[in-house]
Amino acid sequence: MPRPSELPPIKEIGAIGWMRKHLFSSWYNTVLTLVSVYLIVTLIGPLLNWVVFEATFAGSSSSDCKGEGACWLFIGQRLNFFIYGFYPDALQWRVDVMFGLLAVAFAPQFMERFPARKYFGLFGMTGLPLIGYFLIPGGWFGLEEVQSSKWGGLMLTLILAYVGILAALPLGTVLALGRRSDMPVIRGICVVFIEVWRAVPLITVLFMASVMLPLFLPEGMNFEKLMRALIGIILWQSAYMAEVVRGGLQAIPKGQYEAASALGLGYWKKMGLIVLPQALTLVIPGIVNTFIALFKDTTLVLIIGLFDILGAVQSTITDPAWQNVAIEGYVFVAFCFWVFCFGMSRYSQNLERKLDTGHKT
Amino acid sequence: MKKRTSLAAITALTGAMLASNAMAATTLESVKEKGHVQCGVTSGLPGFSQPDEKGSWTGIDVDTCRAVAAAVFGSGQSAEFTPLTAKERFTALQSGEIDVLTRNTTWTLTRDTSLGLNFTGVNYYDGQGFLVNKKLGVDMASQLDGATVCIQAGTTTELNLADYFRTKGMKFNPIVFDTSEQTVQGFAAGRCDMLTSDRSQLAALRSKLNDPSSAKILPETISKEPLGPVVRQGDDQWFNVVKWALFVQINAEELGITQANVDDMKKSDNPSIQRLLGTTGDMGEKLGLSADFGYNIIKQVGNYGEMYNRNVGPGTPLDLERGINALWTEGGIMYAPPVR
Amino acid sequence: MTNSKMNVEHPRSRPWNDPKVRTLAFQTIAIAAVFWFGWALFQNTLNNMESRGISTGFGFLDQSAGFGIIMSLIPYDATMSYGRTFWVGLLNTLLVSAMGVVTATVLGFIIGVARLSSNWVVSKLALVYVETIRNIPLLLQIFFWYFAVLRSLPSPRMSVDMGGLVFLNNRGLYLPDPIAEPGFGWVTAAAVIAITATVVMQRWAKKRQLKTGQLFPSFRVGLAVVVGLPLLAYLATGGPVSWEIPALQGFNFGGGITIIPELAALWVALSLYTASFIAEIVRSGILSVSHGQTEAAGALGLRSGLTLRLVVIPQAMRVIIPPLTSQYLNLVKNSSLATAIGYPDLVAVFMGTTLNQTGQAVEVVAITMAVYLTISLVISFFMNIYNRAVALQER
Repeated sequence: MPRPSELPPIKEIGAIGWMRKHLFSSWYNTVLTLVSVYLIVTLIGPLLNWVVFEATFAGSSSSDCKGEGACWLFIGQRLNFFIYGFYPDALQWRVDVMFGLLAVAFAPQFMERFPARKYFGLFGMTGLPLIGYFLIPGGWFGLEEVQSSKWGGLMLTLILAYVGILAALPLGTVLALGRRSDMPVIRGICVVFIEVWRAVPLITVLFMASVMLPLFLPEGMNFEKLMRALIGIILWQSAYMAEVVRGGLQAIPKGQYEAASALGLGYWKKMGLIVLPQALTLVIPGIVNTFIALFKDTTLVLIIGLFDILGAVQSTITDPAWQNVAIEGYVFVAFCFWVFCFGMSRYSQNLERKLDTGHKT
Repeated sequence: MKKRTSLAAITALTGAMLASNAMAATTLESVKEKGHVQCGVTSGLPGFSQPDEKGSWTGIDVDTCRAVAAAVFGSGQSAEFTPLTAKERFTALQSGEIDVLTRNTTWTLTRDTSLGLNFTGVNYYDGQGFLVNKKLGVDMASQLDGATVCIQAGTTTELNLADYFRTKGMKFNPIVFDTSEQTVQGFAAGRCDMLTSDRSQLAALRSKLNDPSSAKILPETISKEPLGPVVRQGDDQWFNVVKWALFVQINAEELGITQANVDDMKKSDNPSIQRLLGTTGDMGEKLGLSADFGYNIIKQVGNYGEMYNRNVGPGTPLDLERGINALWTEGGIMYAPPVR
Repeated sequence: MTNSKMNVEHPRSRPWNDPKVRTLAFQTIAIAAVFWFGWALFQNTLNNMESRGISTGFGFLDQSAGFGIIMSLIPYDATMSYGRTFWVGLLNTLLVSAMGVVTATVLGFIIGVARLSSNWVVSKLALVYVETIRNIPLLLQIFFWYFAVLRSLPSPRMSVDMGGLVFLNNRGLYLPDPIAEPGFGWVTAAAVIAITATVVMQRWAKKRQLKTGQLFPSFRVGLAVVVGLPLLAYLATGGPVSWEIPALQGFNFGGGITIIPELAALWVALSLYTASFIAEIVRSGILSVSHGQTEAAGALGLRSGLTLRLVVIPQAMRVIIPPLTSQYLNLVKNSSLATAIGYPDLVAVFMGTTLNQTGQAVEVVAITMAVYLTISLVISFFMNIYNRAVALQER
């Protein structure tokens, strides 16, 4: 009669086995584990206290914030300003509509099985900015006009990043094609353009756009400040975008180019119908990553006096009516950015994994 | 085909670059056409220009601009504001992005002559001073040898400071911050022994400290900082409008016309008041405005004293006495030419 | 089937259909367009500056600056020229960039390896670090480090005193400053000799290893030489260095070397932020080395530490170098955020105060951009050389 095989020793299985393997496999691992756990415990306690247990959530003014913890009341009171800037109260539904459409277009992208989610994404790239173009500034179809100097907060941050990336994509694609062109002059122009923009810090670019652009333009021709900042951001971003797209172009096997040429397709048809569709799909994760980078970099517009979300928070924490709310303000902004960026980076990582398996030979 | 479109685009763009359509009309006409006055202000300076809870702008600079809007349109709400940093304020005005610059700007010879701009008057007489921590036990600026100084990046502040210390033969370590918020935070954190800025700001900045009584403002004023509205050079009509919008406010205070009693004052038989409120004479017409522009300014914004008390005066967070900003009749130097 | 034959048999192809002509024409038009565009910009700028009464030229660089700067690596005071402020700012930018590159690299490698650690807590901690830090804007992080750390430090009169030589307070970290006395030349010479010797020895050791397979403890011997030789020279010449000890003078400490809090905060923020990106690069680099390599190394009896150092990392470097280069470039560019907390870097001093005082926006910004372009070209150049050195030598 065969003996039932013995169970593995208790040290090797279950929670204990897992801990032995993953936490205490050697003396230095044990030390590392203990030090890490100690660090976590000492940090988490006071942090939770500040954020939740001793924090003030309700009330009406600065004097209600008495505890040792955070004064979230301040964020609640000024939330409207942090999200919409100076956008008139009565017209904020327009911005809400855009937020809603943004969610409708991009939330499905996180759901694998959502039907026709590709078209939702496509709408986000084309229809959404078009609607926004008419809805946000107004002045059309009987909508009241809202000057761009009244835009601010989270809404402005999103506009800057979204328009920046969307406009930079075609420009970057053209630059990438130019950089891989057979014509030395075109290639040279594109290389110089790309490398110069990539070498300079965004601060310099924004400064140039806000202060010096009016000097470059003919007299009488003028853009609004937001428009100038956008021009700077788009030019700067297109150089980065060009490098991302170039990576995609290089990843397309030579056979594809040759097959297209063999079919008698000219340059533009070859690129437009065969190479670019493949290359651009391949670089979606790269595009999302540049978008994340740009999204974080838009905070720099506060240096040229635009009220993005960080700028809005900074200008309100100087209000003498509130004392010591700087940290709450900064934490709030950090949290907003973290949520957006983390979500997007998760999305791009998933996509990368999927594209990867599809292309591995 | 694509090539042709891209070529066309390039040509169009270059054409636009070269096209130099001359400045259309005068500033007053273009302001009337677009329906509002565009003013450049700071992006957040307590008492001068700062967004409030509802996101609308308040401050003495903001009200100075609203007075211009009231003069042109009869409504102080017809003013729009562009927040500007110190670096970009003059280009914004030169390029026509804004119509008036009311951004806490010091009137100096260089700025009046070499930038293509004109200062129209003074809406606040300021001067640079020092805020020090009481713990240092310093009573006078001359005891500050070797001190570390927090400065808000401006254009005249840094030079005034360096000049002052050099003439006294003293040393200092400057730390230059971009915004007033960072400057206060630096001072509050103990990074500096003292903070220097315009005196009007020192009071506001001190009120931001955890314990405002831990710091004090030294008696010395090391510079003259007359702050006032600025317009583009070469458009005298607009220059006059902005200049007289402020003068009307100062004259109104002198004549005792306030926001509350302006309607009654219309019935006054004092010819000065009648001229100012437009019940007699053609003062408005001379400026290219409606006859009752003075009435509108006072009705919408108030006289100079009201504007001062509302934004920076006693009882506000800045809590500044009138001092030299009082009327000339009350020991100050606020003085405006007569409306006649 | 050559072209000439075709030409004989068919009607001549029209010149605008000839690829060569088209290429030439297109390029000519492109050049013309670029020049036209550039010329238009130039003309507009000149016109605008003239009509606004802005003077042009670089003459302002010789004028006296008249403002103070908190930190300078070269002698500077307010009476010196605007040109001098450029060098002060540039050196400060280079200083914080160099410091940041070194610490970010070290930290990034440690965290990248920790991400792959078999220790669950350690790898999760590294993951949390990376995902938190890289998803929050750098500008915010700089504010945090500056103001949070500054508040927790004592005032100069209550400084943390370390043995009467080193002092720490909210004005900075004060260290004793070594001052060379006659005879110090010998110590310098010894250091130069030691470094040269170490480099030569390393080459020799590598050659020998390739030939015979024998390992030479070149790191330990090198370290001993580099530290030992100058130390010997120092002792032999009777210690020709005196130390300037920082001391409280009035409000602040004087003498010695000062590390100002602005520098420290910017350094910490740049290092932590960039390290989170480098960690991901290192991790994917290590993962790109096939597992067979690790197993083969294990089969040869190499310990896991040695496997990492001798087998995995050298191969991973090929994948790591190109993205690492762009992280270094980002770090240098990001150092321009110094202007937000008052660290006197190139953008804060030259493009900030100097530009404000002179109003020469076009000249100042052009110089600043040229400097950043040069820095990034130089970094790319050296990283390319290094990349070529570690690249796979395929036969």
